[in-house]
Amino acid sequence: MVNIIWACMAIIGIVYAIFNGTMDQVNEAIFESADEAVTLSIGLISVLVFWLGIMKVAEEAGILHMLSKLFRPLIRRLFPDIPKDHPAMGYILSNITANIFGLGNAATPMGIKAMEQMKQLSGDSDTASRSMITFLALNTSSLTIIPTTVIAIRMQYNSVSPTEIVGTTIIATVISSVSAVLIDRFFYYKSIWRK
Amino acid sequence: MGIITSVSTWLIPVFILLVLVVATWKRVPAYETFVEGGKEGVKMAFTLLPFLVGMIVSISILRSSGALEAFINLISPFLVAVGIPPDIIPLALVRPISGNAALGMTTELIDSHGPDSFIGRLASTMQGSTDTTLYILTVYFGAIGIKKMRYALKVGLLADLIGILASIIVVTIVFG
Repeated sequence: MVNIIWACMAIIGIVYAIFNGTMDQVNEAIFESADEAVTLSIGLISVLVFWLGIMKVAEEAGILHMLSKLFRPLIRRLFPDIPKDHPAMGYILSNITANIFGLGNAATPMGIKAMEQMKQLSGDSDTASRSMITFLALNTSSLTIIPTTVIAIRMQYNSVSPTEIVGTTIIATVISSVSAVLIDRFFYYKSIWRK
Repeated sequence: MGIITSVSTWLIPVFILLVLVVATWKRVPAYETFVEGGKEGVKMAFTLLPFLVGMIVSISILRSSGALEAFINLISPFLVAVGIPPDIIPLALVRPISGNAALGMTTELIDSHGPDSFIGRLASTMQGSTDTTLYILTVYFGAIGIKKMRYALKVGLLADLIGILASIIVVTIVFG
């Protein structure tokens, strides 16, 4: 699916540019955005190194284990495939916590670590496992409860009440996260029935 | 709100403090373990690089050619008919594809309509309650080498759709 989407975005863009006379912009955008992507990856190094370092210490010190014990009942229902006490649980929880507080930078490395652990559980296969998709669904639906970036922008533009959107954001987030889990379950059971 | 802002600023330093105190208490070689974990981070960033270059270039071809805008103009009448404010449509369509573009659009909407206008509040809520599905998919699956993503993309995009509709409905009820 992603192969098709990836190719189609570029194909449609280039074909459209042929008829629309925007080839100059496309040509420029190709190299500019490749550059931008490299800058982004290099920029990620600092966050990844720092957070994976700290999280490794947390793991060795048994903090991730403590975290997963604390929230086990809730998370177990969401990820029935993951054995209790598995380190994946700790990383999932750290990712969710970081997301809730709008710390996107801290959330990504923990999310990747969680995915890595889940991959080990699925026997190093290159196919997404059930828990990986549930985890992804939660992340894409956004778990942000405090949208720090948006609040900062609203402050910059002199909003009378920069944080008045926190309430509506929380309601919309809860609706979309609950729906994401339900949709995830729907497709999961559909894929089982097919077999 | 003061409390929420301070929680956000305090959270990371206090977490680090806790980790280091517990690690020292349990005689974990903290610095060596940190370096060991950090090495993984370097590797990960380089693993991610080709995935990000590929995805971001493809998205920017689509945008710079004008095709994305044309598509948005094409389907806008239908969305307006369903009651979705026309100003918000480009943001709603771009949000799952590109986080930077969406943030730019939100800033632009807040700038031109004002942060306390209906559109400004709606853009803010939408920005906070949805996430860049394609980016998350690329980064998370790319980093661990997942090639067959099964129904993941469908779930992600449908969740975005619901998040966007939920934002419109909630903001209309609360501020409308």
